[in-house]
Parts: sequence; C-alpha cells; structure tokens
Amino acid sequence: MEIDPLIFRLSIFILSIFVGYYVVWSVTPSLHTPLMSVTNAISSVIIVGAIIAGLSGNSDNIFNTSSIFGFLAIALAAINIFGGFLVTQRMLAMYKKKKKDKK
Amino acid sequence: MISANLSAIFYLVSGVLFILALRGLSSPETSRQGNFFGILGMIIAVTVTFLSTGNFSTGFAFVLIFILAGGSVGALIAYRIPMTAMPELVAGFHSLVGLAAVFVAISAFLNPEAFNLGEPGNIKLGSLVEMSLGAAVGAITFSGSIIAFLKLQGIMSGSPITFKGQHPLNAIILISIIILIYLLCSSQSSNLFWLLLAVSFLIGFLLIIPIGGADMPVVISMLNSYSGWAAAGIGFTLENTALIITGALVGSSGAILSYIMCKGMNRSFFNVILGGFGATDDTSNSTNKEQRPVKSGNADDAAFLMKNASSVIIVPGYGMAVAQAQHALREMVDTLKKNDIKVSYAIHPVAGRMPGHMNVLLAEANVPYDEVFELEEINNDFANADVAFVIGANDVTNPVAKTDPQSPIFGMPVLDVEKCKSVLFVKRSLSPGYAGIDNDLFYKENTLMLFADAKKMTEDITKNL
Repeated sequence: MEIDPLIFRLSIFILSIFVGYYVVWSVTPSLHTPLMSVTNAISSVIIVGAIIAGLSGNSDNIFNTSSIFGFLAIALAAINIFGGFLVTQRMLAMYKKKKKDKK
Repeated sequence: MISANLSAIFYLVSGVLFILALRGLSSPETSRQGNFFGILGMIIAVTVTFLSTGNFSTGFAFVLIFILAGGSVGALIAYRIPMTAMPELVAGFHSLVGLAAVFVAISAFLNPEAFNLGEPGNIKLGSLVEMSLGAAVGAITFSGSIIAFLKLQGIMSGSPITFKGQHPLNAIILISIIILIYLLCSSQSSNLFWLLLAVSFLIGFLLIIPIGGADMPVVISMLNSYSGWAAAGIGFTLENTALIITGALVGSSGAILSYIMCKGMNRSFFNVILGGFGATDDTSNSTNKEQRPVKSGNADDAAFLMKNASSVIIVPGYGMAVAQAQHALREMVDTLKKNDIKVSYAIHPVAGRMPGHMNVLLAEANVPYDEVFELEEINNDFANADVAFVIGANDVTNPVAKTDPQSPIFGMPVLDVEKCKSVLFVKRSLSPGYAGIDNDLFYKENTLMLFADAKKMTEDITKNL
C-alpha cells in the first residue's frame, strides 16, 4: 500500500517545528525584534499561493472573484515582503560593535 | 514551464534558505548575511511559482503590477518608520499576513480547480480541512493584530477591556469554530465558510481586547506564532514545501518568544491571555504607602553622583521609548566615558512593548551592542556598581518581587538595582507601574528620584557633567 503524500508533508512540518525550535533558541535576545520582522517577511512566502490564485483566471477573464482575492493577497504579501526585509536590514545595520581604537 | 518535481526541489531550497536566515540571527555579525539568505529564498520561491504556472499572459502583468504596488508601499513604510514604532509596525505586518492567508483560502475555496483541489462543492476533504484551519487562524491573526496595533498606536486605550461573561463567551465561540469546520467539511456549504470567517474575525478581536499595554510583548509574539500556523495551513492546502517549512519556523519562533516573555514576567501564558494584571489583584497594596518619605533631586545632584562614580549601569524601559530619550541618553554616556567612567546597559526581557525593543532603540542611538547586557549576564554586577540609572523602567526593578510573597509580581525575575551604592530613578511621578503596585525602590535610602521627562532630565544631566 502506498503512503499518502500528506504524511510526507506532515513529516516535513513536524521536523521543521523542531528545526525552528532549536534555531530560534540560539537567536541572541538582543536580536529578538529583527527576528520578529524577518519571520514576518518570510511568512509572506504565502505570496506563492496568492500568485497561483491571481493567475487562475483565463485570458478573456482575468478578473473573476477568485483571482481578485488572489491579486489583493499578492499586494498584501508584497507589502510584508519588501517592508519586512528592508526594515530588518535597516535595524541590523544599526548593530555595531564597540570601536577598539577609541581613546 | 518547469516540472512539478523540479519546482518542489526549488521550494525546498527556499525553505532551507529561510532556516539559514533565522540561524544568522544568532549573532549580530552573521545577521546581515542571514537576511540576505532570506531575500534570496523569497526570490527563488516567487520565480519558481511563475515558471511552474507557465502563464505569462496579461494576468502575469497584473501580478507584477500588484507586487510592485505592494512592494513600494512596504519599502516606503520600512524606510519611514521610526524605531520607536517598531511594535506597531510588526503588529500591522502580522495583520497583513493573516489577511493574505484568508484571501488565498477564499480564492482556493471559490476556484479549487486552479489549485488542483477538486471542484467547487466537491473539494478534497483533506484540503478543505487544511484550508478552513488556515483561514480561521489567518482571520484570528488579522483581527487580533489590528487590535494590538490600535492599542500600541494609542488609538485604542491600552488598558484591558473586560466585561462579564467574557471567558464563557470566548469559549463558546472557540467551540463553535471547531463545530463550523466540521460542518463545513461535511456539507461543503459556502455559507458556512463565510460564517466561519466572520466568527474567526470576531474571536480574534475578543481575545485581544482584555489584554493590557504592557502585556503586548506576549501578544505580539503570540500573533507572530499564529501568522506562522496560518501560513502552514495554507501550505498544506497548496502542497507547498516552502510554505509548510516557513509556517512551522515562524510558528515555533513566535511560540518560543511568547514563552520567554511570560517567563520574564513569571506569569503563565493563560494568565496573560485571560486578562489584565490589575484586574486580578486590587488588594492590600494601596494602603498607606503614600506617606513614606522619598528623596528627590535635580539634574545637578544626579550629575554630581555620576561624576564621582567609577561604574554606572543604565536600566532603560518603555518610558525611554515614549520620551524618545535614547539619543540624549547616549550623549550623556559619551560624556561619562570621557571621564573614564565604565558604563553598561541592563535590559530586562520584558522591557518595552516587544521582545528586544530596547536593544533596537539603543542600537539606533549608536550604542555598541557589546555594552548591552541581558538580565542574567549583568545582575551580579549591580552590587559592584556605584550608580544605577533607571530611565523609563519600573516594575522590572521592584525588589518586592523578591521579598513579598503577597505581591502579584512575586517571583518575577527583576534587576537587582537596589544593590547599587546609589540609584537614580527618572520618572514623571510616583505613580505605580503597569502591575498597579508601588515600587519599594522609590523609598530606599540610596534612591534619588528625578521627577522629570526622561529626555529633558538626561539632557540636563549632560549639561551639568
């Protein structure tokens, strides 16, 4: 009997939770705010689903109810992707070490 | 058009890059590279999606237009936002992830053929379960984050909003969500789908209104976690590895942060979620404390104390963010350093309105991150320091947490500020902090209260140094 592909996806999911658990515990507390903004950005990979939804209409009928929701989701996810990565970049650029040659 | 297998492999690659993005945050040196990995992962995921649909018609042009429109709004916000507003921004971004998840779920429900999930009215059972879970969690994330955003922004009062029968009502709604998902999956009725969304929006709203301002670190982390689970739910529906991996990462990340925040307050997660601090305890603490003597001083006294110190520890809190005092503070510290005084910063896990909030503000003011320490790292140093400068923090310095088992904050880890030779406490008035209790530190022999706006006081001290 064949294994349902759902089981494989579930395995990926469970293992990723564990990966996430160990990776996030090793994040230094001073970077918890960038951690939140970057997780925000990467969870917007949901744009993948939004693009499929947006392209679901045929060429004579690009805008149907379903694809309109897709397009809206694309815009929302894009705000998050650009906003999230850029604001993280901006924050991380501010973290500087003490200058050794001071005095 | 590329094959489904090849695109699945690319999605896996982008999932791995996202793991590396989080891994990079283990130290500030590797963090910028980590962010780059994250961006690369996103580019791969989006490109592969375009290639696998193989649809480069007019629809494709519209997709690009919407990406550019959203992207420029996002970029504009990212460059404009002041660092003090980071908690609001993150809450706002969470709400967008939640809403995007809802929209994708709606789209998949209305047009399942596009996603290979069956036909309308006859969607594969597994997909329908995943879809409705993703949509419900997404909706909760959306409305909950909107409330968190309004509270942080100050548009809505930060104090807890409670009413009679709140918890039973929430419990009923949560149970009804489960029943609705069950009914929806057996009947495939679109009316039930809309009802499910409406009820989920409602519960997100109701869950967050009873939570007060200073518990926002927990709420934001929790919503971060929810946004991850919503993404994972949609990832299962779309059978997309990148989305499943990311959802799991973000979900566990938010859960860990909530745990750290709760531990920083010595409160259980449920205690935070079920409602405000003050609401649980309005007893003995208000008695006759008003009469106790307090020593207060001015900028001149403070400058004198610091000038004669050899080491100073700064304890920043949310008040510093409100007063935008971080730059003034750094200038004061620069002057102290010129006088060969050793300065370090002590940060409590729940200082501010989100995890790591104070660290970002200090970094913005050009404070090197190796002068900034976490509670466990620095707590033993207070006994050897000459001056503790408390600016905008309150409950996290209250020695009552160690001495009075009756106190609502008893057992909460606090900074041992009172062990310093002298304590300078910048505060507008003697009013109690968020926990609604008096801070014993105000009345200690070695405490000098500086009643003023944090920024102005810091500037005045610098002038007097």
